[in-house]
Amino acid sequence: MLTRNNLLAGTAALVALSMFGPAGAQTPIKIGELNSYKVFPAFLEPYKKGIELAVEEVNAAGGALGRKIEIVSRDDNGNPGDAVRVAEELLSREGASFLIGTFPSNVGLAVADFAKQRKVLFIAAEPLTDKIVWESGNPYTFRLRTSTYMQTAMLIADAAKLKKKRWAIVYPNYEYGQSATAAFKKLLKEKQPDVEFVVEQAPPLGKIDAGAVAQALADAKPDAIFSSLFGADLAKFVREGQTRGLFKGVEVFNLLAGEPEYLDPLKEEAPNGWYVTGYPWSEIKTPEHTKFLTAYQAKFKDYPRLGSVVGYSTVMSAVAAIKKAGSLDQDKLIAAASGLTLMTPFGMIEYRPIDHQSTMGAYVGRIGVKDGKGYMKEWRFVDGKDALPSDAEVLKMRPKN
Amino acid sequence: MTFASIIIQLLNGLAAASSLFLVSAGLSLIFGVTRIVNFAHGSLYMLGLYGAYSLIEALGRTPLGFWSAVVVASLLVGVTGILIEVLVLRRIYRAPELFQLLATFAVVLVIKDIALFVWGAEDLVGPRAPGLSMAVEILGKRIPAYDLLLIAIGPVVLGVMWLLLTRTRWGALVRAATQDREMVGALGVDQAKLFTSVLFVGSVLAGLGGALQIPREPANLDLDLAVIADAFVITVVGGLGSIGGAFLAAVIIGVAKAFCIGIGTVTWFGFEVSFSKLTLVVEFLIMALVLVARPYGLLGKPQAVQRIAADPAPPLTAPSWTMALVWVALLVGVPLVADRYVTILLTDIVCFALFAVSLHFIMGPAGMVSFGHAAYFGLGAYAAGLLFKRAGLPMEAALLLAPLCAGAFAVVYGWFCVRLSGVYLAMLTLAFAQISWSIVFQWDSLTGGSNGVFGIWPSAWLADKTTYYYLALACCGTGIALLWRVLFSPFGFVLRAGRDSPLRAEAIGIDLRGFQWAAFVLVGALAGLAGAVYAFSKGSISPSTISIGQSTDGLIMVLLGGVETLTGPVVGTAIYTWLRDAVARHTEFWRAVMGGVILLIVLLFPQGLVGGLKVLFLRWREQRA
Repeated sequence: MLTRNNLLAGTAALVALSMFGPAGAQTPIKIGELNSYKVFPAFLEPYKKGIELAVEEVNAAGGALGRKIEIVSRDDNGNPGDAVRVAEELLSREGASFLIGTFPSNVGLAVADFAKQRKVLFIAAEPLTDKIVWESGNPYTFRLRTSTYMQTAMLIADAAKLKKKRWAIVYPNYEYGQSATAAFKKLLKEKQPDVEFVVEQAPPLGKIDAGAVAQALADAKPDAIFSSLFGADLAKFVREGQTRGLFKGVEVFNLLAGEPEYLDPLKEEAPNGWYVTGYPWSEIKTPEHTKFLTAYQAKFKDYPRLGSVVGYSTVMSAVAAIKKAGSLDQDKLIAAASGLTLMTPFGMIEYRPIDHQSTMGAYVGRIGVKDGKGYMKEWRFVDGKDALPSDAEVLKMRPKN
Repeated sequence: MTFASIIIQLLNGLAAASSLFLVSAGLSLIFGVTRIVNFAHGSLYMLGLYGAYSLIEALGRTPLGFWSAVVVASLLVGVTGILIEVLVLRRIYRAPELFQLLATFAVVLVIKDIALFVWGAEDLVGPRAPGLSMAVEILGKRIPAYDLLLIAIGPVVLGVMWLLLTRTRWGALVRAATQDREMVGALGVDQAKLFTSVLFVGSVLAGLGGALQIPREPANLDLDLAVIADAFVITVVGGLGSIGGAFLAAVIIGVAKAFCIGIGTVTWFGFEVSFSKLTLVVEFLIMALVLVARPYGLLGKPQAVQRIAADPAPPLTAPSWTMALVWVALLVGVPLVADRYVTILLTDIVCFALFAVSLHFIMGPAGMVSFGHAAYFGLGAYAAGLLFKRAGLPMEAALLLAPLCAGAFAVVYGWFCVRLSGVYLAMLTLAFAQISWSIVFQWDSLTGGSNGVFGIWPSAWLADKTTYYYLALACCGTGIALLWRVLFSPFGFVLRAGRDSPLRAEAIGIDLRGFQWAAFVLVGALAGLAGAVYAFSKGSISPSTISIGQSTDGLIMVLLGGVETLTGPVVGTAIYTWLRDAVARHTEFWRAVMGGVILLIVLLFPQGLVGGLKVLFLRWREQRA
């Protein structure tokens, strides 16, 4: 039993260490953060840096309620079961006041439901699923990121303008891809009733057979393509499509493809002329973004990715909610978060009282290639509040309570 | 599909098959000789890709740079294979069967974090092959020239391997060892050298398979697990140890996938069938069909009777009542002294413990290894969730009915599985698990698809975490006690007889298959109970409860504790769950740390933790006597 005892002694020591916080009269306010760090590292490493920057800035400015803030982070393994466990740990052992974070839709939804059960505030950072604020919305959950529906809606104006009749669709086969496709088909059909969706491909996430998919799309002879691929799937699709001449004379719309996380790896092969949502970080000149960019580059000697903005804004939202509530009482926090407005690198946002979705916008533009690198050209910023359905529609979708 | 599209999709399928073949051939070779289920084979593939990427960047994007990078990267991966063999595997060849799987799993964790550390998190898109970046026009459609080259490389490697295996002394030894490695050893062949060389060749093939993908696939950290499942499937469909079979299987699966994509969505009798979505699971469907029709794969031969490398498993000893009571008292007492989170972590551990014990029951004493045990855990969880949420049953009723549902699935799956043995059986269980997973993943209207089901919280009187922990302890504790009790009943003895000597068991008139089938149903139902308890403790379930990852976790827990002991799986579960919780909290590279700890345990206790401690204890007593 020697080994077991040693292991137990080890835990005891670790536990003791973790409880031995910095001494001082005022303990910091702890905010529990959980995310799938090891499953989606390309997005979440910059995200973590964004969090660090925000914490530093907040604490340098005196913290909140006269106390410093501290973010306690946990890895949820991209697995809802583990996420619920670490969420519980953050609340009951670490004494976190409330929860922020999460990336994949299923984890976000599970934690949202957990927050409802535990009656604590949860600010979902990155999950894009529409359900988290609509069909499965609850009073305790708020969401920062521009959702699938919103990003799709932002591209619709351009898509409808082209008057293309035959559309091909390709999406990763899970919640995000499915709802992006559903939203796109519905919205485009409204604007352009004669549109035809000639082929639909749903490769498994991370395992696209790009050659075969590109060929299947080309066989349908589309005028335009709507894709919601990202990451390695996107890179493979772009290369195969280019080699096989799929994109010749065909307009392509791709959600997220302008985000540095997914655009930069493509380097000189970035697909020229695609309509995308993304983050042209080097060209945004608003004072709030310049301030963020300068601070970020000074601290990390690296440029921010979209994840950095999301991490930074999530912490800023949490802090703003605490300040507005003036207390850490859950009811007051929820009341404060509803209708909360704050400044982010992407401008002012509001967490809408009607559905708890933030009005954070996104940048829409086209991909260009310059100096062997992809960048966003002809971009414009679309405010999130202009890309949401009418209040009546939202009320119909969101359960009442 | 037009004729031209059919031809092009056929070529696409063949190109994909080539790379799959290289990886699977290596895996098949390694398994044939060493009997190691090499989980790290996908990691070697991933290293091949990353290595080739870096080397091309260093050597320049010229044809010479490109091809020398591919060759050098494959050789370096081969050297990595040697390192793994010499440093880890060689030390545990005599451990109980499958224990090496634990070691290679640890290697996967370590390599993944090393890759993250060295190459970073961002996907690395490699260059196109210099001189082969253009497309060739065939029947008016364009296909990358590089794909045509890949199509040619597959058969070339097959030919080279065939020559190596049939025309050289090394090949003769490999074939002999594949058939009967003890005999080869008895004839004075240096097994250590043979194994090392096989690991080298197998790893080179994996590395080559990866390196050749550079123009087609960005180097990324998910490749290892994405590839390993496919490689296992192809190896088994082709027949273990058969390189030709691996080629055939790779072609069938590669082409089938391409055609699923090519066919796309079809409307039959008013129903829309999306073949494109079928790519999620098509290889597992093929594997299930092949194994049901041909129990040794397409070109495989019945496995030669293996004399057991290690000593036969010692008879189990029943835990004493006093020990059991002490443990129960301790577990009941914990919530009184510990904080709330300990109770929650213990609830997880208790659920997984029943899951692991049920897996141990079937893979240890019953001798039928299951790679897809999560099927029953997950289906139990879903049954509970759906009965509660969609059928509106009270939570208590859902909890009690869920094991029956999981058991019902085990009736069907088990009927097929008990007709096979060894790794083929294990892979068929995996196929069923993956098929279940994909149905749950796709059936949005019932199961919530990829999102899963949420809002499944226990009734008010169980809402308190401590109360729920006691419920979990009661349910899972009873389940564990029942399984242990059964092992010492005539039924349990029959199963052990079937494991140790199926021939004799049949000869004395035991209907072995019937008993094994019953065992499947029993463990299926109890794993389902574990899943149901787990579901209500989380308030939500998602397809990941049925995933390969969950099945692997079960295997790790059992092996970590020791497959030849009764209490091993419980200890393994506790250590593994606690370790993951503790390590993940304190280090950024927690996967590598975790892998390192598992490796340490593997090397120090080749019989698992409990098994190792037991040996130490026995030795100590002998010395005193």
